[in-house]
Amino acid sequence: MPPTLEAAGVAKTYADGTTALAGVSLAVERGETVALVGESGCGKTTLLRLFNRMVEPSAGEVLVEGRRAADLDPIELRRRIGYVPQDGGLIPHWRVARNVELVPRLLGWDAGRREARVREMLELVGLSATVHGPRYPAELSGGQRQRVAFARALAADPPVILLDEPFGALDLITRLELQRQFLELKRRLGKTTLLVTHDLDEAFRLTDRIGVMKAGRILQLAPAAELAASPADPYVRELIELRGTN
Amino acid sequence: MSQLRRAAWLLLFFSALPLGAADRVVVGSKNFEESRLLGEIFAQLLESRTGLEVERRLGLAGTQVCFEALKTGAIDVYPEYTGTGLVAILGEPAKGGAARTLGRVRAEFLSRWDLWWLSPLGFENSFEIAVPRELAEREKLTTLSDLARVSKTLRGGFGHEFVGREDGLLGLEKTYGLKFAEVEHLQQAIQYQAAKARRIDALDVYTTDGRLILYGLKVLEDDRGFFPPYEAAALVRGETLKRHPEVGSVLGLLAGAFDEDAMRALNLRLQEGQESEAVVARDALRSLGLIDKEKGGMAEAPRGRGLINYVWGERAALFRLTLEHLGLAAAALALGALVAIPLGLWLERRRSWAEPVIRVLGLLQTVPSLALLAFMIPFLGVGTLPATVALWVYSLFPIVRNTYTGVRDADPRAVEASTALGMTPAQILREIRLPLAAPVVMAGLRTAAVLTVGTATLAAFIGAGGLGEPIVTGLQLANTAMILSGAIPAAALALLVDAVLGRVERALRPAGLEVRR
Repeated sequence: MPPTLEAAGVAKTYADGTTALAGVSLAVERGETVALVGESGCGKTTLLRLFNRMVEPSAGEVLVEGRRAADLDPIELRRRIGYVPQDGGLIPHWRVARNVELVPRLLGWDAGRREARVREMLELVGLSATVHGPRYPAELSGGQRQRVAFARALAADPPVILLDEPFGALDLITRLELQRQFLELKRRLGKTTLLVTHDLDEAFRLTDRIGVMKAGRILQLAPAAELAASPADPYVRELIELRGTN
Repeated sequence: MSQLRRAAWLLLFFSALPLGAADRVVVGSKNFEESRLLGEIFAQLLESRTGLEVERRLGLAGTQVCFEALKTGAIDVYPEYTGTGLVAILGEPAKGGAARTLGRVRAEFLSRWDLWWLSPLGFENSFEIAVPRELAEREKLTTLSDLARVSKTLRGGFGHEFVGREDGLLGLEKTYGLKFAEVEHLQQAIQYQAAKARRIDALDVYTTDGRLILYGLKVLEDDRGFFPPYEAAALVRGETLKRHPEVGSVLGLLAGAFDEDAMRALNLRLQEGQESEAVVARDALRSLGLIDKEKGGMAEAPRGRGLINYVWGERAALFRLTLEHLGLAAAALALGALVAIPLGLWLERRRSWAEPVIRVLGLLQTVPSLALLAFMIPFLGVGTLPATVALWVYSLFPIVRNTYTGVRDADPRAVEASTALGMTPAQILREIRLPLAAPVVMAGLRTAAVLTVGTATLAAFIGAGGLGEPIVTGLQLANTAMILSGAIPAAALALLVDAVLGRVERALRPAGLEVRR
């Protein structure tokens, strides 16, 4: 079976001349959770966005479930990939329930099935369909909004989830609580997940393998233990040591 | 759908064309009281003596506007002066007598533009020199040559323009050997006051100014023919005369009908500001026996001196003008929205075009409104159509700019997330960008509406009516009550439109954007 997500020798240079990716290869196996770690500007978000074709590569190939992403219809592809950005990206003039049923609606599910799904998803992330469903995003706390964003990403049961700093904007207590819940979801649902974060701790606790990125390249891609035991690059070693001190 | 759209366009197109052009004549005039009065006299005479429908476009802004309107067929006839035709339109030097001037303009206008000067109305309205009546009697002054005899002891008070012109004081001094002891430069309004108080002894006037009577002034005869002759006459399109020969024969009845004294008396009634030109025109035609005394049932409106009485007396007319004003602004705004909102949406998809297009529209915005209105005349004539088009041009910028920026800047994070989750661009536009941009678009519409309602007052200058009409006429007559009777409702209308659209704007604000926690 081919990897669920695969990038082969991918480069990306933007129109303004900046190089975001300078030849990257990556494979995420089915059901696996992989983190991309690095400082801002290292290319981790660009790499993530290749898989739902929010970014097109300048060179190299991107494959999703063994098929070339470039051959797939981007709209259909995106409807099969969950997505949670840092700020949730909820639609402000839609109620919570409407936000959650976004993709099921796009896929043409009937009302009854959608309603049941909204209820199930909100409960899955620790919210109540009757209490929170009719509210607007602005009426929720930051943590609640992020839970809704997770519910929305999972609503159509996509095989793949892309997470772009989903816990980055939350306060410490809320972040720990949501991370705990994420681990539970990971165990229960087993989705193929790519997580972008600048927080190595978070990556260690939440994911199976970690790719450390710098200047558009992956320096090392390995399980947390292996990364800690034998860093392949001075930058990786420095990162591990810094983690140890705080 | 496309047939429906085509029908709508056709409807729009035809509704903009002059209706029933076949049995209608349009009478124009310039924007000062005598011209308006003569226009009204033409109109009433044509109404009572022909079966034609008469439309009035009185108070057009000056010679160029009237003349362009006549050439293009936007109006059929207006009162003009032979001297103006010679100097201002043909650009020839003023020389020769009244007969030569008339002959010259008749020949040139006919061959160049097929425009016909009918027989002069019997009076001239030229530059003249006047002196207080008692001074004239004491010194036995009847001509300018007489004035030259005693000028060394007199104080002259002249308008700024008159003093500096070769065909004004400079030439006059040379021709008659005039030499005043003192010359003061005065505003026209002050000249009359100064003469009455005997602070000045001689002043420049127009022949038929009613104030000559009011202030007891005597016009001195131009015995050496220095001032060019400005005989008043009807100027008519040849095409109109061919279609309706009766227009020529009926207006011909006015040949020689008014002398200078009669015209001065009529102008005075208007300048006192208490009577409308319709009433004065009807009286003039009745006393000439040209219209039936029993007919023309318009009652003489009782007019008080104060603003409130005036407004109350004119309430029906003001109501009509308000509706006209709103209609004009609404039509321009509706057409503006129809074009500007789709254009703004299109620019959001073609962002490289946005900057230049919006800049051009912004540039149009800086064209002075009066200039833009005047610019429309050669293409669209006078009246409602060019005024609507000019207002429409003004309405575009705020609507396009707000539509474009509103849609472009609509919650970028929500737009990004919904793209990433598989919404199509069309779905995002319809379900996310447009609802979020609606209050911004509405704010643009609101700006355009206030602008349009305000600018619509200027439409009166090209005969489109509205609340600008009493303002423009009042300015010419120096009648404050009349000016305010247009200006106050126009300002109130702008505030009202702003308030109403402000409510609409709030109502369009999508739910969920205010935190109600």
